[in-house]
Amino acid sequence: MVNIKINNLAVQVEPGTTILEAARTLGINIPTLCYMNMEGAGCKNAPGSCRVCMVELEGRANLVPACVTEVWEGMAVRTNTPRAIKTRRTVVELFLSNHPKDCLVCERNRHCELQTLAAELNIRENKYDGKMARHEKDTSSMSLIRDPEKCILCRRCETMCNEVQTVGVYSAVNRSLETTVSTAFNAPVTETTCTFCGQCVSVCPTGALTQTNHTSEVWTAIADPEKFVVVQAAPAIRVALGEMFGMAVGARVTGKMVSGLRRLGFDKVYDTNFAADLTVMEEANELLDRIKNGGRLPILTSCCPAWVKFIEHQFPELLDVPSTCKSPHEMFGAIAKTYLAEKLGVDPAKMVVVSIMPCLAKKYESAREEMGRNVDFVLTTRELAAMLREAGINFHALPDEDFDNIMGESTGAGTIFGTTGGVIEATVRTAVHALTGQNPADAAFTQLRGTDGIREATVKAGDTELKIGIANGLGNARKLLEAVRDGKSQYHAIEIMACPGGCVAGGGQPYHGNNQSIIKERAASLYVIDGEKPLRCAHDNAEIKALYAEFLEKPGSHKAHDLLHTAYVKREKV
Amino acid sequence: MEKNEKALFAELDAHIDALPSKQGALISVLHKAQDIFGYLPREVQTHVAQKLDIPASKVYGVLTFYSFFTMTQKGKNRVNVCMGTACFVRGADKILHKFERDLNMKANTTSEDGLWSLDALRCIGACGLAPIITVNGKSHGRLVEDDVTGIIEACLAEEGGK
Repeated sequence: MVNIKINNLAVQVEPGTTILEAARTLGINIPTLCYMNMEGAGCKNAPGSCRVCMVELEGRANLVPACVTEVWEGMAVRTNTPRAIKTRRTVVELFLSNHPKDCLVCERNRHCELQTLAAELNIRENKYDGKMARHEKDTSSMSLIRDPEKCILCRRCETMCNEVQTVGVYSAVNRSLETTVSTAFNAPVTETTCTFCGQCVSVCPTGALTQTNHTSEVWTAIADPEKFVVVQAAPAIRVALGEMFGMAVGARVTGKMVSGLRRLGFDKVYDTNFAADLTVMEEANELLDRIKNGGRLPILTSCCPAWVKFIEHQFPELLDVPSTCKSPHEMFGAIAKTYLAEKLGVDPAKMVVVSIMPCLAKKYESAREEMGRNVDFVLTTRELAAMLREAGINFHALPDEDFDNIMGESTGAGTIFGTTGGVIEATVRTAVHALTGQNPADAAFTQLRGTDGIREATVKAGDTELKIGIANGLGNARKLLEAVRDGKSQYHAIEIMACPGGCVAGGGQPYHGNNQSIIKERAASLYVIDGEKPLRCAHDNAEIKALYAEFLEKPGSHKAHDLLHTAYVKREKV
Repeated sequence: MEKNEKALFAELDAHIDALPSKQGALISVLHKAQDIFGYLPREVQTHVAQKLDIPASKVYGVLTFYSFFTMTQKGKNRVNVCMGTACFVRGADKILHKFERDLNMKANTTSEDGLWSLDALRCIGACGLAPIITVNGKSHGRLVEDDVTGIIEACLAEEGGK
């Protein structure tokens, strides 16, 4: 152990600890900007470049950056001397001199780390008036917007995209004032291998990377008396939306979410969990069919559009491996504009389907040609919160209400789609039933749960042993895929989610900074909801049974294929 | 480039394949590629990225950082004027302007007839010979303005002699 003093307080820490980490154990906050511990993604961004965390060391002339300086025996640190404070302030003032100060109309207003720093460091004037970098905005994509003029070159997006996700879209380009984090050849992000997972948006400290905003289109649709607007909400929304209104992390707000959506004016409020149950039916059927008939194994889950785009770019030779199932919200869209429209007596042409998703890639996905434009608009958890605020709805005072029926019932299986391991656990429950004729004695397959980036487990279903692989984070997915490509994979099925932690940590969720405890809390809440459900297996869902009996016949039927399945496209690797 | 494109790529591949390790090789490979192709167009960059198994964004990032690398095709005669601190204080700007006047072109461009490229570089690491330029890979140190005309004429004479 190493003995050090910070602001005269003695502390013992492990060798290799940084000053920043040591200070935090003492409850001393040293401001940071470029630094980010993305522990939920097993990665740290600490280039030591922003110089916001400068501290004084006794007996040393120069200040040192706390985030990258490791402690040594007898070190005496001063974090709050006038010199240290003034240095930090000057550093931030210099950042501001090359920053468009349009905070009032910035997407990240009140959620910007640079803005917060300026406030906390008591900056009250624009001290340095210098040349400003000029860069074009990239608004090419359905999912995210790049505004390099707001970039402070922290490189978090680069670390996330290149090291965690191994997608490699971003790099620092040019030098001096022209330096920016950009794509290869400064191409619009739509011309890159970007999967639109949105994790770069999640970690960006400023408004340099933001989501696209589709709230005004949705407001217009709601206000149009000609339109019948139905909304569905993904499993991960109900355990994160409360955070946007200051509620506890992981607060379960399903009932308030439903009543809030109703008060916004949606004609019907449905549950993506219903569609997740439907996905289970189709995917379990496909898995068993491949096992029985010697089809391609392992089967890969296909609920995550970012992951799908990843395999299309990076492993175009493996496109026969993923399940052909559409993602749940797209299945919802396809069923809503056929079966539901007929049941409700609504002209499908006048029906508008809105998805509330924890995800930026779902925005892009809804515009994929293969999906047939059944989902008209995708809003994120953050956009939904913004609409609730715009409408003057007091979220805390909302009553608990239930989803509308026909496509609103769900089991615990659909609920856990929002966390890593959940899709495959839900599928296993139904596969066990299909193989043994009865539901699993315990619906909770805890061997499939957890937060590790790569997990594996074996599930017994009668005489069959199902070998399951799970990856979350695209870098981890790449490892499992390489094994599949090289013929070394022993699994029957693999679940992949692009975001580290799964959808609860999606790019459209309340900013979580890949904080492990936030991600775990949200996931734990989904398992609580699952545990409280009277039905835990998708095939027991009465509305799903009715859908098959009245409309789809059976899983994998011709009609099911037409409506619920999709195809994949080979894409460029670089 | 079209004519021998295949041969040029083969030459680059042979160089890359002979490397003891691909890790950390990007800058030296880009040097080689620029030697071979004369410049680094997009297709050469993506090719290098694929061969080295790194993202194209990284190749582009490195290339745009170092002013030695170029994405545009260069003229037959390449004049690089060092504008590093030592050269600058010893009059590199005057040398550069003299070339601009004599060749009737701007710095950091290629002449319309494709005969000349004139570039201002950052330090080339020969400060003892300041001000220094390189012409078609050969260095000329301790220059004065009056040397410029002779250098241009020598290039043209060589061109005519071929």
